[in-house]
Amino acid sequence: MSAIVIRGGEVVDRGGRRRADVAVDDGIVKAVGPDLAAPGGAQVLDGAGCVVAPGLVDLHAHLRQPGKEEAETIETGSRAAALGGYSAVVAMPNTDPPIDSAGAAREVLALGRDALVEVAVAGAITVGRRGERLAPMAELAALGVRLFTDDGTGVQDGALMRRALDYARGLGVVLAQHCEDEDLARGGAMHEGAWSSRLGIPGVTSVAEEAMVARDIALARLTGARLHFLHLSTVGSVDLVRRAKAEGVAVTAEAAPHHLVLTDAACASYDPTFKVNPPLRTDADVAALRAGLVDGTIDAVATDHAPHAPEAKDVPFDEAPPGMLGLETALAVVLSVTDLTRALALLSWQPATIAGLAARHGGPVAEGAAANLCVIDPAVTWMVDPAGLASRSRNTPYAGWKLTGRVRHTIVRGEAVVIDGEARR
Amino acid sequence: MAKRERSHTRPGVFVARSRVLSGADVNRALVRMAHEVAERNGGLTDVVLIGLQTGGVPLARRMAAVLAGAEGTEVPVGTLDVAFYRDDIGLRPVLPEAATEVPCDLSGKVVVIVDDVLFTGRTVRAALNALGDFGRARAVQLAVMVDRGHRELPIRPDYVGKNLPTRRDEMVDVSDQGVAIGTIE
Amino acid sequence: MTHLLSITDLGADGIDEVLRVAEAFAEVERRPVRKVPTLRGRTVATLFFEESTRTRLSFETAAKRLSADVLSFSAAASSVKKGESIRDTVETIEAMGMDALVVRHASAGVPMQVSRWVKECKVVNGGDGWHEHPTQALLDCFTVRQVRGEIDGLRVLIVGDIRHSRVARSQVLAYSALGASVTLAAPGSLLPPSIEGWPVSVVHDLDEALPDADVVSLLRLQAERGSGEFVPTLREYTADWGLTTRRAALLRPDAVLTHPGPMIRGVEIAGDVADLPQALVTRQVTNGVAVRMAVLFLLLGGAL
Repeated sequence: MSAIVIRGGEVVDRGGRRRADVAVDDGIVKAVGPDLAAPGGAQVLDGAGCVVAPGLVDLHAHLRQPGKEEAETIETGSRAAALGGYSAVVAMPNTDPPIDSAGAAREVLALGRDALVEVAVAGAITVGRRGERLAPMAELAALGVRLFTDDGTGVQDGALMRRALDYARGLGVVLAQHCEDEDLARGGAMHEGAWSSRLGIPGVTSVAEEAMVARDIALARLTGARLHFLHLSTVGSVDLVRRAKAEGVAVTAEAAPHHLVLTDAACASYDPTFKVNPPLRTDADVAALRAGLVDGTIDAVATDHAPHAPEAKDVPFDEAPPGMLGLETALAVVLSVTDLTRALALLSWQPATIAGLAARHGGPVAEGAAANLCVIDPAVTWMVDPAGLASRSRNTPYAGWKLTGRVRHTIVRGEAVVIDGEARR
Repeated sequence: MAKRERSHTRPGVFVARSRVLSGADVNRALVRMAHEVAERNGGLTDVVLIGLQTGGVPLARRMAAVLAGAEGTEVPVGTLDVAFYRDDIGLRPVLPEAATEVPCDLSGKVVVIVDDVLFTGRTVRAALNALGDFGRARAVQLAVMVDRGHRELPIRPDYVGKNLPTRRDEMVDVSDQGVAIGTIE
Repeated sequence: MTHLLSITDLGADGIDEVLRVAEAFAEVERRPVRKVPTLRGRTVATLFFEESTRTRLSFETAAKRLSADVLSFSAAASSVKKGESIRDTVETIEAMGMDALVVRHASAGVPMQVSRWVKECKVVNGGDGWHEHPTQALLDCFTVRQVRGEIDGLRVLIVGDIRHSRVARSQVLAYSALGASVTLAAPGSLLPPSIEGWPVSVVHDLDEALPDADVVSLLRLQAERGSGEFVPTLREYTADWGLTTRRAALLRPDAVLTHPGPMIRGVEIAGDVADLPQALVTRQVTNGVAVRMAVLFLLLGGAL
């Protein structure tokens, strides 16, 4: 692996902003400073006009392998991640088979070894994600699994969730809850409100999410365990988490990029691309989530990248699987709602800490740090073309959108995996 | 010059360029045609007048009034809209303009189709098809105030108010005020 | 207009045009030969992914009276059962040379999706999920106008399972576009979750609302879509929301009743009330053919 020098950029990390070149070798940042010399044979990357930042970390990506390789594979998903500026992603365990055992986790970790970005795995909380009994969390934790979730569904049984939190506390791992009360949500395909009523699409009330957020805050308070809320989407959820944090309950929360810019009005086309869970909600919910980014209620923006093959989405709205792509568009979407430093906090160092990846990702760009970096051109405007995405699927809700801000280079483990917006392998 | 809205065939406003018949001329022609109808059919037994929507309807009514005055016979008058029978559906918007009201079963009757202007013959062709659905008439005859030529089908009027040579792109307007040639603008 | 997916595709002028043209077709239906050659050579396919006898028959009768050829596709007996997607089905059927597709589906929005998949075909919504049933609302307006002369200024009361009713959604749009004031009467659990933006008022007592109504639109309890679970018992529903003989006496003498059918006598309407002269149910069915002829004619004749 050759040495790399990134020239002419501005370094931005949790320590602040400064003009500096960055030299990388052997997977390590060797030097950060003005006008660094490039050793012989070093790769020189143009960083003029760009921001050099720690690589992004996605807490929430569905890479679909094993089981749904027609929608995405670890290879295609990690390529999409690299193009989106990520140096690490957490692969969700709702694969087929699900990641509810050491064997299943090992398989995904092995597949991820050659990927363009670091692939961490989240384990299931319950066996088969069926919400009946605990998965072998200690066995999984021994493999380095730090985040546990039944994402796709929430743990419905309050007693079981309480037991999981008690158990997790002893292991020092984090439970991540997909908050959705199945009884309240049953049959719903979009946010319940003015639009669902008009469109005749069965709705999911915000209360289905908020009821579980409220229950789980109480359980986190009771158990003292670390709890992370996946993809919060409502005014009420943000409010509950804000109050819990003020009280000192050990919870963190993420929002998905699409919930920051899209509303349920998008469903008026009956295009299942806009079907996602939690559903796109109202302007008021969008505003609450954005406010949550600013006041620290929301710790991270996580993509909930959920690829689906085109034929899976070419069905009636209420029959379509929920989910949309996110890895290649998240950065630009977040930049459209907040400033660069906050965007990087939400996309890089804060999620890196939650995922337990802070030793290698999201840290300051300084001598001796792991060379996981992204180089962002914050001013370039580009058009989202579904056919041009690296993901195997096409279900982006931003087709035809003009977005500002794009990744120019991504460096993972000291290797330039994206150069000038092109994946190297 | 007079402007008059023509809703159906083409959008726009009819602008008269020259007046070829006065109102009195039209009236005279109508009276003559009414007498010809009675004469040719040996009276008015079984005669039914059908005015084509929209221009033929007032002419049919006036013809019936003339016949009532002259012969003392009330001839049944009906109206027919041929929109559903046109052969140019889809080529341009065609809308039914007004009611179809056929006063009786036409089987065995002598039906006189009355229209204001005979041009390509396509409207009359459509009317012949339509009338077939109201019974099997003994005979169908055609009365028009103006025959302007340019026929596209083998159709010939039985009673004509005025033969009027025109250019294809001109429009002919028949009203109470008489007959004018003009253009649609 | 390329397709008829929702009443909003028409607007007040479009509704008016359909009703006006439907008058002309109603006259055709009174002729000795109830058929015109208007759509000779055109083919209309009915694609019913959800079974319905009356709507399908009405559309097919309408198409035949316009001399169109009719192709009848039923999902129950088709490749959909074998796993073919709706999109492939639609593309296959269009490739056979269809000019119009009448689409019914249990899921809201399918006709709109189909309209994006076709190349040239016109798409008519024959009822989609809880969303809309535009031709039903048009024939309701046509029938009420026939009896009452004008829709403008009428007070329309829609009673029953509004939450799950595509007819109600189309009726609200159509009646209000034509100037009627619309009131919804239903138990809270059968109202839509939100009526924000709907030009309607809501009453919770049928007895109070009936004396003011010029038009009462009764809806069926959609038991097959689980509506039964939204009220404790049918008996309680009928007691509070059924048009019983006692309640029918509260109606104004010139009020009219409509029902999209099929009626469940003894539930939303008492048997003898259904047979009152003010009940326009049979006339609605007759007019349904004329209204659907108008819709097909305007779509395929290019005038909508």
